[in-house]
Amino acid sequence: MKKINFKAVLALTTVLLVALLATGCGGQESKQSEQSKDQQGEEKLKVGFVYIGPVDDAGWTAAHEQGRQYLEEQLPYVDASDYVENVPENPSDAERVITQLVEQGNKIIFTTSFGYMDPTINVAKKYPDVTFLHCSGYRTAENVGAYFGRMYQARYLSGLVAGKATKSNIIGYVAAFPIPEVIRGINGFTLGVRKVNPDAKVKVVWTNTWIDAAAAKDAAVALLDAGADVIAQHQDSPGPQQAAEAVGKLGIGYNSDMSKMAPKAVMTSPVWNWGPYYVDTVKAIKEGTFDSTPKYGSLTYWGGLAEGVVGLAPFGPMVSEDTKQLVEQEKQRIIGGEWDVFTGPIKDQKGEIKIPDGQKMSDQELLEMNWFVEGVEGTIK
Amino acid sequence: MIVYGTKYVIEKKLAPSSSAYVVIPFSSIILALLVGAAFLVLSGHNFFEVYTAMFRGAFGSTYGLSETVVRTIPLTLTSLGVALAFRMQLWNIGGEGQLYMGAFAATWVALTFPGGSAWWVMPAMILLGMLVGGLWALLPAIPRAIWGVNEIITTLMLNYVAIFWVDFLVYGPWKDPHGFNFPLTATFSSGAILPSLGNSRIHAGLFFGLILAVIFYVVIYRTRWGYEIRVTGENPGAARYAGINIKKNIMLVMFFSGAVCGLAGMSEVSGIAHRLQHGLSPGYGFTGIIIAWLSRLNPFVIVIVTFLFGGLQVGGYIVQTSGIPSSMVTMLQGLLLFFVLGGELLTNYQVKKVPAKKVTAAPAGDDSV
Repeated sequence: MKKINFKAVLALTTVLLVALLATGCGGQESKQSEQSKDQQGEEKLKVGFVYIGPVDDAGWTAAHEQGRQYLEEQLPYVDASDYVENVPENPSDAERVITQLVEQGNKIIFTTSFGYMDPTINVAKKYPDVTFLHCSGYRTAENVGAYFGRMYQARYLSGLVAGKATKSNIIGYVAAFPIPEVIRGINGFTLGVRKVNPDAKVKVVWTNTWIDAAAAKDAAVALLDAGADVIAQHQDSPGPQQAAEAVGKLGIGYNSDMSKMAPKAVMTSPVWNWGPYYVDTVKAIKEGTFDSTPKYGSLTYWGGLAEGVVGLAPFGPMVSEDTKQLVEQEKQRIIGGEWDVFTGPIKDQKGEIKIPDGQKMSDQELLEMNWFVEGVEGTIK
Repeated sequence: MIVYGTKYVIEKKLAPSSSAYVVIPFSSIILALLVGAAFLVLSGHNFFEVYTAMFRGAFGSTYGLSETVVRTIPLTLTSLGVALAFRMQLWNIGGEGQLYMGAFAATWVALTFPGGSAWWVMPAMILLGMLVGGLWALLPAIPRAIWGVNEIITTLMLNYVAIFWVDFLVYGPWKDPHGFNFPLTATFSSGAILPSLGNSRIHAGLFFGLILAVIFYVVIYRTRWGYEIRVTGENPGAARYAGINIKKNIMLVMFFSGAVCGLAGMSEVSGIAHRLQHGLSPGYGFTGIIIAWLSRLNPFVIVIVTFLFGGLQVGGYIVQTSGIPSSMVTMLQGLLLFFVLGGELLTNYQVKKVPAKKVTAAPAGDDSV
């Protein structure tokens, strides 16, 4: 065969193409009848979600996904079936995905990663009738609310657990990016650790990624090599805890209950519980009582332990009764409102008093936090 | 390769037929769609609906079409940029880094002269973005020209340096003072923002790509310098014998290659992001390499292939709302690429049957291709 017979190739592909179209058309009809069944019910309120990772990441996105499912269960008039996973934070993609969700008839859209902030604001300008809610940023508009949770409170409680458990007095912390959210979490955690164990140090390693499980594991291994016997983390995956379990050390998870992924290591995990907030917000928008004005620094909503947006996952069997009682006691102190984690005296890394005795940091100061407390080993680049 | 006692060899075609350039990619796409359909059916999805949704998302509405064009702008520039170097067999894998350096230089202008008039701010951003992108490519071109240092490795590595440099700036000295310590620079003032078309995001960067495609064509095919580049690429020995200054041309070509990629970065910060930030480009510099290759380095084919490629990327996400997991969409995009690039082999090579008597003459166990 000197030359490939192009006519034969062309004929073959044409036949295949026709077959593809024929079977495809049959399939389309069945789907259309399904859709019309849906339309027989009442007009539903469509709510869309934009996710940074996959819904089964056992982390950040999984927590929002649980909130979305809770919303659908609780409010029968809501159709929250439109969600888009793995949307990168570059300016080009996010804005298009959000716009397409609007075009598909969604009236409320939750954008659940910091990098979607500018895209959300840009799209909101073009669609004043749609309400947008952006998680973890600082920009708001008439139809854009900024929401977040006081994760530092739950991290403080998990720090108490870690501080009690460490024997080497070195705790490793695998952190994503040096932004205020992560820094606030490290500081809250460290204050918890040092409350029960003033000699302990928290070593921080940056991975510069949220969702690279391999990089997160590598960072944890480096910390374990440096003598850490408890690994805490701010990542979207359970990689660091799995690395700790592999060498028989302990860990603190994050985002959602990570005990399933590393049952021998995970003592507890500070977790998100977005469901009730999503239900309340959608209700408020439907009833016309929603107000996007920032009330907590630059945020429209910033719930904590008291509101139940953040909490601790159930303790593992290795956590003692003493520790559990202490955590419960501190939790009630925070919920009661007379004390919060960032109440002075608090020293910075140099040992200088940063927050004087009895003074409480304001929400805005917390949201801009750009320094480490005493006991953290690491730098903010 | 021996199949049922008959020996087959793959050998290069002397002159691929012109119909092969159309028929083979077309068949490759169909085959990829068929394999993808098989996966979709096996996982319980309606493949026809998925394909239609992807197509509609990318080309089926004014908005989808406009977004495909938006995606085309940086991709055209990076593919043109690397294609220029590839013409001379210079493997510039550093388009991504040159894009970031262009974005960096353009941002410097925008942040240093806030409120400046577009009449001079815009040309300054364009020129400086191109200059710095070009210098970033010149950096590996000099050791390549003088000592023959492999430019594939050096250009690739410089990508990471450029990306981390931009990260350093946005996390550090260039952080927006009113941005609550988040890794973003301040937003550009209106003079530093490229005008966009109506309510869409299509910005003036589109013209950069189209004008450069024409310039690329004229220079490569209609000038003496372009002739030198082509001769050097196809036969360096002959070029040297003909007295072409190869060292000078390596540096010049790499500089312009980087300058065009730098312009892609400038147009992305000025037209789309309106500020510099972490993760500015979703790999435009790398995708540009694939496009340049698929287009056989022809500037006009690049524009067309980029448009189709942009559509493939834009159409992907929206399919998820009909219940297709994002991993499935990524797989479909991968299949299309795999088949189209694999089909390339058939354009330039052919499978040939070796006469039976030669097989018996071959030593036992010989299965060389």
